[in-house]
Amino acid sequence: MRRRLPLVLGAVGAVALAVVGVRAFLGLPGAGEVPHPYAARAVAAAYAHTTPNAVVSVTLDQRGFDTLGEEFVLLAAAIGTVLLLRRLAEEAHEDRPHDYGPEDVFEAVRLVGALLLPAALLVGGYVVLHGHLSPGGGFQGGTVLASGLYLAYLAADYRTLERLGPPGVLDTAEGVGALGYAAVGFAGLIGGSAYLANDLPHGVWNSLLSAGTVPVLNVAIGLEVGAAFVLVVAKFLEQALLVPREDGDDGGDRDATAGEGEH
Amino acid sequence: MTDWILGLLVLLTAATATVVVLTRDPARQAAVLSAYGLMLALTMVALAAPDVALSQIGVGTAAVPLIVILAVARCERAVRASQADRAGRVGRPGDSAGDDQERERS
Amino acid sequence: MADVLPWLLYAGAGWIFLAGLYGLVTSRHLVHTVVCLSVTQSATYLLLLAVGWTRGGTAPIFADIGRHRRVVDPVVQAMTLTDVVVGAAMTALLLALSVQVAKRRGCVDPRLLRSLEQESEEERGRPAPGRSG
Repeated sequence: MRRRLPLVLGAVGAVALAVVGVRAFLGLPGAGEVPHPYAARAVAAAYAHTTPNAVVSVTLDQRGFDTLGEEFVLLAAAIGTVLLLRRLAEEAHEDRPHDYGPEDVFEAVRLVGALLLPAALLVGGYVVLHGHLSPGGGFQGGTVLASGLYLAYLAADYRTLERLGPPGVLDTAEGVGALGYAAVGFAGLIGGSAYLANDLPHGVWNSLLSAGTVPVLNVAIGLEVGAAFVLVVAKFLEQALLVPREDGDDGGDRDATAGEGEH
Repeated sequence: MTDWILGLLVLLTAATATVVVLTRDPARQAAVLSAYGLMLALTMVALAAPDVALSQIGVGTAAVPLIVILAVARCERAVRASQADRAGRVGRPGDSAGDDQERERS
Repeated sequence: MADVLPWLLYAGAGWIFLAGLYGLVTSRHLVHTVVCLSVTQSATYLLLLAVGWTRGGTAPIFADIGRHRRVVDPVVQAMTLTDVVVGAAMTALLLALSVQVAKRRGCVDPRLLRSLEQESEEERGRPAPGRSG
């Protein structure tokens, strides 16, 4: 009976949720035909601040304060993950020599990785900087930058990833990104208006240096998101790949626990 | 025409989500999760949301499945080490009496 | 198709949500639980974008279209895009927690993991405080 209890409770909850959900959905206006008054005003405000990308304008300009909160949630999650995955005292007491896992990679993979890494970093930088002109921005560009560094691991090995993105530098970048966002907000206060007000010169429509504080905030967020994701994945890689070497065995249980080579 | 594409994409996304949930092995689930992320991104493009689709591709197709596979590898190793420990402690190699008792009681 | 599409969008979001919940409840591996939670979360992305969608609307990026072109709602897209990235960070945090559970308890089956107090009492050799199974 005890094993069935979660199932029964879950079924009851799901049925209740389905009933309430169906009633709620029937009360919603049908998607596709209803006018969106807030959208019209948001677009007008984006035009007023010469930001062609209305989504980024809403995220960083009109609702910039919400994004400040979300950014710090991301920072807290990344810090929490890094803390949880640190090597604890018990593990350090084991004191056996560790291995970093397999290092022999096909030459073709190494070549493709070496070619794609700078391309990915370039595309990531482009997406971050042009966030206010085309689809993109700090969040999207940050994840593309992070993916470029995963390529460094896949094509080479963990040591290369560590050398390309040393944990100290990544930590600093993450902090600078988060602090930068909050600091740009203070520029608005110093300028005499509200926190996070868009007071920098708005520039010419559709040019790179336009829309006031939006490109600056994009760069700060891109830095923070990219650094956070690389840090988190590097910590997981460290956990999954640090294989304790058995005594007398040269490679330890390398094949049994290789991160991706398992399947 | 675009209505049909959008409808088809929503159905495919719902089907892929079901497959993700029904895949019990977490290592295989990472691959299916990557496919689900891609389907979701395509649906977002059909709903005229390119910014969101960009984030979804970067995050749900690349970062999260990678983290899932790494977490699974680490968990498997920890579970194996603990089972070896428990067998050593009870005194007989490969003794799983402790596990059976736990399962009976739960 | 035109009049069934709004219903289909909402129904799809609801189905994904319920499927994720089902996986969460019947899970036998902590990592599987976390992935199902992320699937549940993605249902809300679909719902938000469906609310903002307009038939015949294009992406709200005005670099190359005119001022008065019909666009979809940019506000819900702004909500969803930060949601996607922060949700992934949450998933990473939960996976780190699962790894810690595996390291400390040697077990990743949520049905077999009991309360902290019971487990530590048994490990110290004393009988667990009277509680059935």
